[in-house]
Amino acid sequence: MSTSNVVAPPGTQNPKSPQLRAGVKKNRRQQGRWALYLILPTLVLLAVVIGYPVVSAIIMSFQKDAGLDPATGLFVQGGFAGFQNYAHWLFQQCAGPNGESITCPPGNLGSQFWNAVFVTFFFTVTTVVLETVLGMWFAFIMNRTFRGRGLVRAAILVPWAIPTAVTAKLWYFIFSVAGIANAVLGAHILWTSDEWASRFAVIIADTWKTTPFMALLILAGLQIIPEEVYEAAKVDGATTWQRFWRVTMPLVKPALLVAVLFRVLDALRIYDLPAILTGGGGGTGNATTTLSILVVDQIRQGFNSASALSTITFILIFLVAFIFVRFLGTNVVRTQEAQQKGAK
Amino acid sequence: MTTVAGPAAATAEANALPRTKQKSKTKSRQRNAGIRTGISAIIIVLWCLLPFYWMVVTSFRDVGYTFDTTPWFTHFTWDNYATAFSTKLGNHLGQALLNSLFIGACVTIIALLVGTFAAYALARLEFKFKGIVLGLILGASMFPGVALITPLFQLFTNIGWMGTYQALIIPSISFVLPLTVYTLTSFFREMPWDLEEAARIDGCTQAQAFRKIILPLAAPAVFTTAILAFISSWNEYLISSQLSSDATQPVTVAIASFAGSQPHQEPYTAVMAAGTIVTVPLVILVLIFQRRIVAGLTAGGVKG
Repeated sequence: MSTSNVVAPPGTQNPKSPQLRAGVKKNRRQQGRWALYLILPTLVLLAVVIGYPVVSAIIMSFQKDAGLDPATGLFVQGGFAGFQNYAHWLFQQCAGPNGESITCPPGNLGSQFWNAVFVTFFFTVTTVVLETVLGMWFAFIMNRTFRGRGLVRAAILVPWAIPTAVTAKLWYFIFSVAGIANAVLGAHILWTSDEWASRFAVIIADTWKTTPFMALLILAGLQIIPEEVYEAAKVDGATTWQRFWRVTMPLVKPALLVAVLFRVLDALRIYDLPAILTGGGGGTGNATTTLSILVVDQIRQGFNSASALSTITFILIFLVAFIFVRFLGTNVVRTQEAQQKGAK
Repeated sequence: MTTVAGPAAATAEANALPRTKQKSKTKSRQRNAGIRTGISAIIIVLWCLLPFYWMVVTSFRDVGYTFDTTPWFTHFTWDNYATAFSTKLGNHLGQALLNSLFIGACVTIIALLVGTFAAYALARLEFKFKGIVLGLILGASMFPGVALITPLFQLFTNIGWMGTYQALIIPSISFVLPLTVYTLTSFFREMPWDLEEAARIDGCTQAQAFRKIILPLAAPAVFTTAILAFISSWNEYLISSQLSSDATQPVTVAIASFAGSQPHQEPYTAVMAAGTIVTVPLVILVLIFQRRIVAGLTAGGVKG
């Protein structure tokens, strides 16, 4: 947050004099029209690049995939499928030779769904917890005054600046069997092919890459806490531990929740790292298969079924965001406005 | 626990002590805290930089010594960089760099052209449904890429756009535009808007005030946002990996499918060379504009 000498917003937003107040009503209608013209291009563009694909994915998800039925070898026509595609993923139901529902044969992508849900949520919980704890630590250190603080702040931007695809390749090398990770640990861990080792490889690489982002958001929250609050707590005899839990945490909580929400939503759509680092599989072939990877695997086997899966993924992420906002009271917009006011 | 509670307990004691003693105690306490901060800082710097350093070191190492664990530059060679650019081996890194630059530039320009106006309205004007619009845009930036990819894959196949530049630019707008609008809105809220008011009093229309006063003032904010937008477009992998062809693939896709000089052998050193080429300009850019980028990241609060 910059601490430039920002002046309070003028007139229209906060009318103080009677002349201004008289003009407000007309002014507001005018402003509304202006706002519409200015925002419309963005909304139209977003409707085209997001709205259209989402709606068409939902429509597609209720269509049958045309093509050869793997079970019978007969050509299956497309057409309305009802919830068949969803049942395929949620209950592992496949279409039988006569159109009835049967349990999917083994090896079908449908049978990987719940595993992918588990992997995705496992990654999300572990990485976000790790990144929050480490990010807090990074932020606390950067919030202190010491020689070399600039170096720390510069250093943590490096992992952030490296593209995820490059990060994945970098850790792929570090975690190779003869790589530096095993050399340092003196072990022979199969980081990219063992079931749990490959999961931890993804978690470690993701933590390395994303902790800086978390730290910066938390640091922004820390910086708006006035020094006097700590001084007052100190004078009152609060221990370091008490100052952390009773002063810092409640004050940094809004910024922290926003950071965690962003990270959770981002982690739920994780694709690049597991796809490149472990070839999308790892271990038994699906140890690191997240929902996003499963969608991409499915695309070439049938658009409509893939659409159902991507819609399920989208709804899952939406639900998580909803729960966050509803029950934890995370208000992203308001928190950031407060941060900006704090900076002033 | 004891180490954490230690210094604070000392404070309580110190309050009761004579002045001189208190001073020396405070000093040693400060020194201890300083040492602890210093050690933490060193660990953080090493944790962040060592993997990156290892990539650079390996990129200059002879293929035969790929797994050498010497922590500094040994068996120095430029060969890996030659391999990385070798079209004979099927590595189109040069082309991929141009593709990424082109796609990134197009996406950034479109997002800025459109997003600046929206951000101005959101930061400056009072209107109904403002909260909803902000929420929509923020939601859009958190939108999962996989939810777009299936219909786009089908659409682009049907209209013959698979592997074209527009097939890569259009989906990128879906996450770069919300990021742009959100970051710019935060920046615009902090600007000295009373200058606009002064221009209005001097007879400018709102449009003129915007063009003549606000745009020049907003240039640094727009520039920072442009960097963040470009980086997020540059880093995109999921959609490009599915919708690009060999001729249009960006660097992220090129690096993920790299070929080395020896068949049947992972081209680790060449990949590290390619990674260094892709990363170093970005790291330099980020370090030069460090302050602005951190401000932009935390203002937008959206992942770049």
